[in-house]
Amino acid sequence: MIDGLLIGSVYGLAAMGLSLIWGVMDVINLTHGAVIALGMFAMYLLFTALHLNAYLLLLPIIAMGLIFGTLVYWTSVHWVIDRPQLSSLLSTFAVNMIIIGAGTAIWSTSPYNVNFSLPGFTVGLYTFTGNHIAAASAAVIIALALELYLHRTRPGKAIRAVADNREAAELMGISSTTVLALAFAIGIALAAASGALVSTLFPFTILSGGVYQLKSFVVTVLAGLGKPLGALLAGILLGLLEGAVTPFIAVSWIPLIEFGLFVIVLVAFPKGIFARSAA
Amino acid sequence: MSPQPSTGAQAAAGQAVPLSSRRASLPEVGRRGGILLHPVFWLTLVFAGLMIAVPLHGNNVALREDLILVAVAIILASNLNLMIGYTGYVNFGHIVFYGLGGYVGLYLATVRNWNLVLAALSAGVTVSLLALLFGVGILRLRGAYFALATIGVLVAVHSFVSNFDPWGRSTGMYVSFDAYAPLGGPMRALWITYILVIVVMALSMVLSLAIKKSKFGLGLFAIREDEDAAVVLGINARVFKAIIYSVSAFLPAVAGALMFYKNGMIDPSIAFEYMLSLEGIVMLMLGGQGTVVGAALGGGLYERLRSYLLTSSRLSNFHLVIAGGLLLLVVLFAPGGLIGWLYRLAPRAKKVIE
Repeated sequence: MIDGLLIGSVYGLAAMGLSLIWGVMDVINLTHGAVIALGMFAMYLLFTALHLNAYLLLLPIIAMGLIFGTLVYWTSVHWVIDRPQLSSLLSTFAVNMIIIGAGTAIWSTSPYNVNFSLPGFTVGLYTFTGNHIAAASAAVIIALALELYLHRTRPGKAIRAVADNREAAELMGISSTTVLALAFAIGIALAAASGALVSTLFPFTILSGGVYQLKSFVVTVLAGLGKPLGALLAGILLGLLEGAVTPFIAVSWIPLIEFGLFVIVLVAFPKGIFARSAA
Repeated sequence: MSPQPSTGAQAAAGQAVPLSSRRASLPEVGRRGGILLHPVFWLTLVFAGLMIAVPLHGNNVALREDLILVAVAIILASNLNLMIGYTGYVNFGHIVFYGLGGYVGLYLATVRNWNLVLAALSAGVTVSLLALLFGVGILRLRGAYFALATIGVLVAVHSFVSNFDPWGRSTGMYVSFDAYAPLGGPMRALWITYILVIVVMALSMVLSLAIKKSKFGLGLFAIREDEDAAVVLGINARVFKAIIYSVSAFLPAVAGALMFYKNGMIDPSIAFEYMLSLEGIVMLMLGGQGTVVGAALGGGLYERLRSYLLTSSRLSNFHLVIAGGLLLLVVLFAPGGLIGWLYRLAPRAKKVIE
């Protein structure tokens, strides 16, 4: 259960990236899973090269995520943003295929792991693993930092303005193109960071991102679009749920349950379960 | 003011003209008495005839194996086109129909010892009904939400079948050699399944044409252009979408049953290969979504390209990269695909090639 809580916050972080891009740009970013996988491999490569504390390496990974996100925005998203949603769905999906294809060619689909562990501690009967605690705290810190950024800084406020009403924001003198590129880059960086965190907890392959992409979708619709803190909470909820059911059923059933949840939530609460407070 | 003599038919035609000239992307319906006279129908027959005759002449097994993959690609792309091209709903999990059809067909043909054609058709019907069931649920979702749900359907069915005992869980099922006996031994059985797959391919293309030329098809295109407007104009969008989702499941399921019977084995990771599902979308976009010939052309060309890349020593690892790059280029610069490009070069082609 407690593991579920801790892992859930990492799910939440992954979903925040998806939710931000979806909410601000109305683009469903299908490169999400691939970028999570890239984050895992970035962590692996940096860690094996530098042997620093894995959680310090998050900073360069976030920076690389920002650069990569800007690149993807200008090559494949910018041109289709005003076209029907189908176009951006397909173009981000094409980028996803390119990343997965290249990743498979370079690293094959065999599992890797980051060989780094922090000392854990024991409270009563329960032993906390250091990595789980550190990953969860990193996720929460990044989530809070994003929340502050969106509410307290000028570019953050511009992002929220564009999410609210793009045309009105343009009229107020906000360059929406820059803002969209920024939001996309932040979303990608968050995905990469969550991948990097996951890589310190479990072994992974280049295809692992897909699993977390599905979880991110579930979390995003649970929380409602463009609500970063809601995504964090919903992620923790999902982690708790997984922790609660795994003793009773086989792990291979989990995707079925998550998908069921996804459809039920979409049909029953199209605006997310936290929508009532906003409305 | 002298009233011009006009019959009811002319009046109806007069009403139809402004619509079709304004929305050039909507197909014309009911032109020149049915699809039997349509050039694409004859093109399909000739194409299918050649696909059967050429490898059969001289018992060319290598060519047959290449062509059967082309045929399957065309089947998948054509039926996917009914969703993406006609209705504007992206289905990322289209391969689910193919895989489930394979499972049901193989189960009926080998465990229950049914006749192959009967087993394949039953697989088609079963999967179509299942699709109707899924469809009623997930088609309440619009646009991108639906697309995400289709990924979910794929994942969910995959995880269900991997845990389903009668179908051998994750190890799958095998066809014993005896199962080919009713068709006169493995050699003949392979040729028979090949011909059946080509027939399914031809049926897929004819079905696409027939739907495009029907009022039902026009309704689908209306949903694609603007679902709310279509509903206001009296199209029952939910019923239309559920039907087309179910129809687009039928022939892929039949083809899946035939193909997995021919391959002699099935397991969840082969049957529900996510990548194949995605490549179906590349094929469709490449050829030209919304057109019968485009879907077939894209399917055939892409499958040949993929086979070439997979067998070449230098490029085999990068076939997904190339496919993704191709898709990106098409989406960004040529949303109409090859057929869209042809239409721009020769606008008259629109009259002949659908």
